[in-house]
Amino acid sequence: MSGITGTWPLIRLALRRDRVILPIWIVVLSVIPGSTVSAYEQLYPTAAARASLNAGTGSNPSVAVLYGPAFDLSTPGGWSAWRYGSFLALFIGLFAIFTVTRHTRAEEDSGRLELLGSAVVGRYAALTAGVVVAGASSLLIGVLIAAGMVGSGLPVAGAFTLGLAIAGTGLVFTAIAGVTAQLTEYSRSANGVATTVLGAAFLLRALGDSTPSASWVSWLSPLAWPQQAKPFVADKWWVFLLAIGVAVAVATVAYRLVPLRDIGAGLWPSRPGPATAPKSLSSPLGLAWRLQRGSLVGWTVAVVAMGAMFGAIADGIGGLVGDSEQVKQIMERMGGTQGLVDAYLSAIIGLFGMLGAVYAVQAALRMRSEEVATHAESVLATAVGRVQWAGSHLAFAVLGPVVLLAASGLASGLAHGLRAGDLSHQLTHTLGASMAQLPAVWVIAGIAALLHGAWPRLAVAGSWTVVAVAVLLALYGPVIGLTQAVLDVSPFVHVPKLQPGTEFVATPLFWLTGVAVVAVAAGLTTFRRRDIG
Amino acid sequence: MTTAISVSGLVKTFGRTRALDGLDLSVETGEVHGFLGPNGAGKSTTIRVLLGLLRADAGTTTLLGGDPWRDATELHRRLAYVPGDVSLWPNLSGGEVIDLLGRLRGGLDQRRRADLLERFDLDPRKKGRTYSKGNRQKVALVAALASDIELLVFDEPTSGLDPLMESVFQECVREERDRGRTVLLSSHILAEVETLCDRVSIIRAGKTVETGTLAELRHLTRTSISAELASPPNGIAQLPGVHDVVVEGNRVKFDVDTRELDTALRALTESGVRSLTSQPPTLEELFLRHYQDEQVGAR
Repeated sequence: MSGITGTWPLIRLALRRDRVILPIWIVVLSVIPGSTVSAYEQLYPTAAARASLNAGTGSNPSVAVLYGPAFDLSTPGGWSAWRYGSFLALFIGLFAIFTVTRHTRAEEDSGRLELLGSAVVGRYAALTAGVVVAGASSLLIGVLIAAGMVGSGLPVAGAFTLGLAIAGTGLVFTAIAGVTAQLTEYSRSANGVATTVLGAAFLLRALGDSTPSASWVSWLSPLAWPQQAKPFVADKWWVFLLAIGVAVAVATVAYRLVPLRDIGAGLWPSRPGPATAPKSLSSPLGLAWRLQRGSLVGWTVAVVAMGAMFGAIADGIGGLVGDSEQVKQIMERMGGTQGLVDAYLSAIIGLFGMLGAVYAVQAALRMRSEEVATHAESVLATAVGRVQWAGSHLAFAVLGPVVLLAASGLASGLAHGLRAGDLSHQLTHTLGASMAQLPAVWVIAGIAALLHGAWPRLAVAGSWTVVAVAVLLALYGPVIGLTQAVLDVSPFVHVPKLQPGTEFVATPLFWLTGVAVVAVAAGLTTFRRRDIG
Repeated sequence: MTTAISVSGLVKTFGRTRALDGLDLSVETGEVHGFLGPNGAGKSTTIRVLLGLLRADAGTTTLLGGDPWRDATELHRRLAYVPGDVSLWPNLSGGEVIDLLGRLRGGLDQRRRADLLERFDLDPRKKGRTYSKGNRQKVALVAALASDIELLVFDEPTSGLDPLMESVFQECVREERDRGRTVLLSSHILAEVETLCDRVSIIRAGKTVETGTLAELRHLTRTSISAELASPPNGIAQLPGVHDVVVEGNRVKFDVDTRELDTALRALTESGVRSLTSQPPTLEELFLRHYQDEQVGAR
C-alpha cells in the first residue's frame, strides 16, 4: 500500500461534503472583479475623472495600506487589479486554509479519520485529498476570474496575469494550511495558526505598500503578489511561477512532517491542564469568562488593528475619492453631510458598530451551543439558577461590545488625531461617536437573548438573520434608495451622527436602550419557563 | 423513614409524544433505588423533571421536601447528578471540571476527591477532549461523589466503564449508602442493580409497572418445576398460574407463577413425588418479560 492509496475516494468524499459551500466560495470569489468593470465606467466616465483618480490615489500611501499600491487607475483593468487584488488574495487565502483544515485536521480531531485510517487509506491520503481539493479550487477560481474579466472586454494577458496570481496565493496558503494541520491536535488551533500567518502577510503587505522606501517588503507577502504582478500594466506573469515554487516548497515540508507524528496527535504536544481549578473558576460568571475570554481578546486585538489602520487613512481620504461626484454622494449618504473625512470616519465607526453586533450575537449564542452540547444541563443541575447562568453569558453580549467599541474608537481616534495633528478633539469625537453605537448593538443582543429564551431552536438562524438585515439596511439601504420606513427597521439607522454642525439628539439612544432592556428581560423570563435541552 | 423522592401521576409530553404517562415513583431516604426500563421508557425524562430541567405537564413531584421546578436552585445544593453521556468542555482539564461542578454545588471534600481520583485511576490534568468516554464518565462521578450532598442521581452512570471501574463504582455507592445518602440509580446492568439496589421501580412507556424490593419482585415471576411422579399427573394444567405444561408418562415439566407455587406442589404430592427439581426465578426473566411485553404491546 503506497502512502497515497485511497486519496481518490477521500477527494470524492470531500467534494460530496462541500457540495454547497465549495461552489459558493468559487462563484463569489470569481464573479466579483469581472462584474464591476461597468461600475468603474459609470463612476469615472471621462478621461479627466480617471486622471484625477490616478493622481489622487496613486500617490496616497494611506490608501495603499488598505487596498494596496495603485499602479495605473486610468484603465478599468488597472483599477480592478488595484481595487480587488489584495482583497481577493486575502479571501482566497482564507478559503484555502478553511478547506484544507476541514479535510485534514478537523477529520482527525473528530475521530472520523481514524475510522477511515483503519480502511485502505495511505498515510498521506488525507493531506493529499485536502491539498488537491483546495489547490484545484484555487486554480479554478483564478481561471474563472480571468475568464470573467475577458468576458467584460478586458485584455486577455492582464486578466490571466491577475487571475493566475490570485490562484497562486491560494496555492501558497493551501500549502501553509497543510503544514499547520500537522502541528496541533485541534482544528480550531490549526485554523488559528494559519490565519495568524495570513494576518502577518496582510500586515507585511500593508507596511511595504504604504512605505515607498521599503516597498520590497511587499514581496515577502503572498497577499501582495497579485498586485505586484502589475496586471494590465506590466503583466509580470512569472509571479504565478514564483507562487507555485513557494507552494511546492511549503507543501514538501507538510509531507515531511506527516510521518513524524501519530494519527490524531500533533507535532506540538497538547499541554496537560492544571489538576485543580483556579479560584476564578468557581461561579457561572467565572466559567463564562473562561469560555468567552479568548474570543473577546481576539476581537479586541482585531478591532484595535483595524481602527488604527482606518484612522491613519482618514486624513487622506479626500485623495481616494478624487473628483467623482457620484462617489462623494454615495459616501455622504452612507455617513453624513459634513466634510468627507467626517463622513468617512462616521462610516468606519458605523462599521465597528456592526462588528460589535456580530460579536454580541456570537457571545449570546454561546448559551445555545452550551445547551446543545449538554454543558448547560450539567451546570443547571447544580445550585446555579437559570437567570444567573444566562446572565453570565449575556454579560459578554452586553459588555463585550462596550470594550470593542471603546477600543476601536480609541485606536482610530488616536491614529487619526496624530496624523491630523488634532489629538484631543479627534480622540473625544471618535470615541464619543463609537460609544453612541452601543444602544443599537444592545438591541441586537437583546433580540438574540429573546430568541434564545422563547424560540431556542430558531435562535441561531434567527439571530444571524437579524444581524444581516440590520447591517445590510444600514449599509446599502440608503445607497439603493429605500424608503425611510424600511430603513427604520434597522437599529443602526437611528444612531445619531456625532458630527460638528449636526445637532446631537440623544433621544433615540434612550429608547434604543429601552428596547434592548425589555428584550433581554423578556429573554430571561421566557428562558426561566422553558424546558432545557 | 422519610421519603426523598415522591412522584405521582407525572405526565410530560413533547409535541405529540407522551413521554411520561402518569408515572409514580417513591424513593425512601437512605435507600439505593434502582430505576429500570427499556430504552425510551422515560427514565431520563423523569430524571430531568426531578432536576427541574423539564417542566411537568401534570402530576405532583416532591424532591427532598421541595418542588423540583420552583425550588430548583436550593434543592440542587443537596444533590449531585451524573448523566449517562457526560460531555466536557474541550479546553478545561478534568480536575478543573471536578472543582467547578463541586464548587457550584456548594463545596467539595478535598480528601475524598483525591481518594476517588486514585481509586478511579483518573488523570485530572488531561483536557476534556482527550478523555475517552469512560474517563469522561469518571470525571462526572468523582465530582458527584466528592460533593457534600444528600441525594445522588445517576442516569446509567457506568456506561463506558470497564468491569474493574464498575466494581469501584459499586463500592463507592455502597459507601454512600452507609453514610446515609440516598441514591437513585437508573441502569441497564442487572448485576449492578441486583448487588446495589434495596428497591427497584420498573417503568415502561412512561408508566410504572412494578415497584418493590427484589425479593418482592422475584415473587412476581415464575419458577420452573420438573418432577418425576409415582403416577401420571392429573389436573396440573388446569391449576391457576401454571404454564407450558409438558407431560411424558410420569414426568412433568411446567412453569408456575411463584405466588401459586404452593398450590402446584400440593397437586404434585397427590400423585406421589419421586424426584423434584425447581429452578428459582431470575431477575433476567422478570425484566425480559416486561421489556418484551412492551415490544408486543407496541406492535
